[in-house]
Amino acid sequence: MTEALKDLAAHLEATRPDCIVATEIAFDELTVTVTLAALVPFCAFLKADQTCRFSSLVDITAVDHPDRERRFDVVYHFLSMYQNQRIRVRTEVRADDMVPSLIEVHKSANWFEREVFDMFGILFSGHPDLRRLLTDYGFRGYPLRKDFPTTGYTEVRYDEEQKRVVYEPVKLVQEYRQFDFMSPWEGAEYVLPGDEKKGA
Amino acid sequence: MMDGTQFDDALTGEQKIRNFNINFGPQHPAAHGVLRLVLELDGEIVERCDPHIGLLHRGTEKLMESRTYLQNLPYFDRLDYVAPMNQEHAWCLAIEKLTGTEVPRRASLIRVLYSEIGRILNHLLNVTTQAMDVGALTPPLWGFEEREKLMVFYERACGARLHAAYFRPGGVHQDLPPALIDDIDAWADHFPNVLDDIDGLLTENRIFKQRNADIGVVTEEEILEWGFSGVMVRGSGLAWDLRRSQPYECYDEFDFQIPIGKNGDCYDRYLCRMAEMRESTSIIKQACEKLRNEPGEILARGKITPPKRGDMKTSMEALIHHFKLYTEGFHVPAGQVYAAVEAPKGEFGVYLVADGSNKPYRAKLRAPGFLHLQAMDHISKGHQLADVAAIIGTMDVVFGEIDR
Repeated sequence: MTEALKDLAAHLEATRPDCIVATEIAFDELTVTVTLAALVPFCAFLKADQTCRFSSLVDITAVDHPDRERRFDVVYHFLSMYQNQRIRVRTEVRADDMVPSLIEVHKSANWFEREVFDMFGILFSGHPDLRRLLTDYGFRGYPLRKDFPTTGYTEVRYDEEQKRVVYEPVKLVQEYRQFDFMSPWEGAEYVLPGDEKKGA
Repeated sequence: MMDGTQFDDALTGEQKIRNFNINFGPQHPAAHGVLRLVLELDGEIVERCDPHIGLLHRGTEKLMESRTYLQNLPYFDRLDYVAPMNQEHAWCLAIEKLTGTEVPRRASLIRVLYSEIGRILNHLLNVTTQAMDVGALTPPLWGFEEREKLMVFYERACGARLHAAYFRPGGVHQDLPPALIDDIDAWADHFPNVLDDIDGLLTENRIFKQRNADIGVVTEEEILEWGFSGVMVRGSGLAWDLRRSQPYECYDEFDFQIPIGKNGDCYDRYLCRMAEMRESTSIIKQACEKLRNEPGEILARGKITPPKRGDMKTSMEALIHHFKLYTEGFHVPAGQVYAAVEAPKGEFGVYLVADGSNKPYRAKLRAPGFLHLQAMDHISKGHQLADVAAIIGTMDVVFGEIDR
């Protein structure tokens, strides 16, 4: 399996050197990092090229790395039912970058891009209908960003007096617990109670 | 404007006709859950179909980022709650790929056995409720009787009828008692008769055929364009099945056929599902036979699995290991993998990004129904309103996995 992937990687690097930033094979999977501008032509090439024929779009998602300058990884998975191979295409995106939409090449990109927009706030240029998909009508914020709290900002309940559903700021009787499993010996990033004077 | 002020569409001599918009769901019994379709109708012909999803969105992917790998496992039962263990399987495969864990043979067989039970659970529900959507009442009653028996097998293996949490990274949680294997085997002997009964009710039924044949035809091109998988592909004549083409677990040593359809319509997909249930029954019988003859370990002993109960009574290290495993959880080396299984509905995948800690940095769940429902607008265009129910049924959508 890895041999075939190596051949594929070599083929891609030979034919589209202008698009590819890096290729990597790990865990029997090929990851190709491409530049943002070359994304759509590269995916179209993957679909059309006879040795690739990655004609099914399997998944589009993003990964948030808030500490990086180019904050998001947008990750595409493709499958070739003909060559029985998979490929992962990855591109790095700034928070204010527009990502070109893949709809022209793969129609199934529609909802995936809507979902990525909904969850990460990444804008796709050329998308015909970039509405929110999974969250509530009128939802604000981008839940899968790392700086969005798991509890969210609003809560919903039915108000018996007003006879309608009302939105209120989240009130928790107890702090939402984000457990920290790291032991202090492994470099916890907080000051242990009683240890406050140590650093001073 | 329905407030009674605007009648200008009837002002001219020849009446102008507007298209009619209706809401299908979210509380419609044929919507198979909480689906809201905004349908634009020209008479009874569907012009546009805009699915609004997310009414069952629970933020699973966000929640997973703050829980350990093991704590995340039960979330997978709650995705496609019709065949829970198949989802767990994908999660376990992803973790095992990253940690390089070898699953013991017996565990692998048990996983195959229960994945196939899950497939039958799913197809029984889908075939019979789809029949209900197009007007038959008896099939679900007969099908659910068998589902009940299968859920008892779930319960006897793990203690829960639905939310199993039975597949664990590195194997399965508990071994199966011999009596259970015998009972599953006995059930598999009898089950083809039930399939024959359902077959007799539906396959040649005039109404069922009229409602399904030539409805929702899917071509090879559409499959690729919309990223279909599972029965939606096989119903159109492409023999694509991950169990065969990218074998995981020990599927390569089982003898089974991959049924395919010819016309790619709802009826062929129904036939595929019926045939797949028979194949699954045969896999179940083979797995039972193998399980009887091959006793052994069911968990890969190592860092990611708990120590044996007996060891914990005598060994300090085992006790510490157990405590650390269930509090801190195991750490997964950094990397990213995509693991997919042939779930009953199609390709269910997990894209896992690990950063070396005890929690996934990001986990994306790729549900087959998401892509199938996305094509709803495309497929239902030009069909009658009544066919919408048949098409939703045949797509096999479950909102647990679509909304996540």
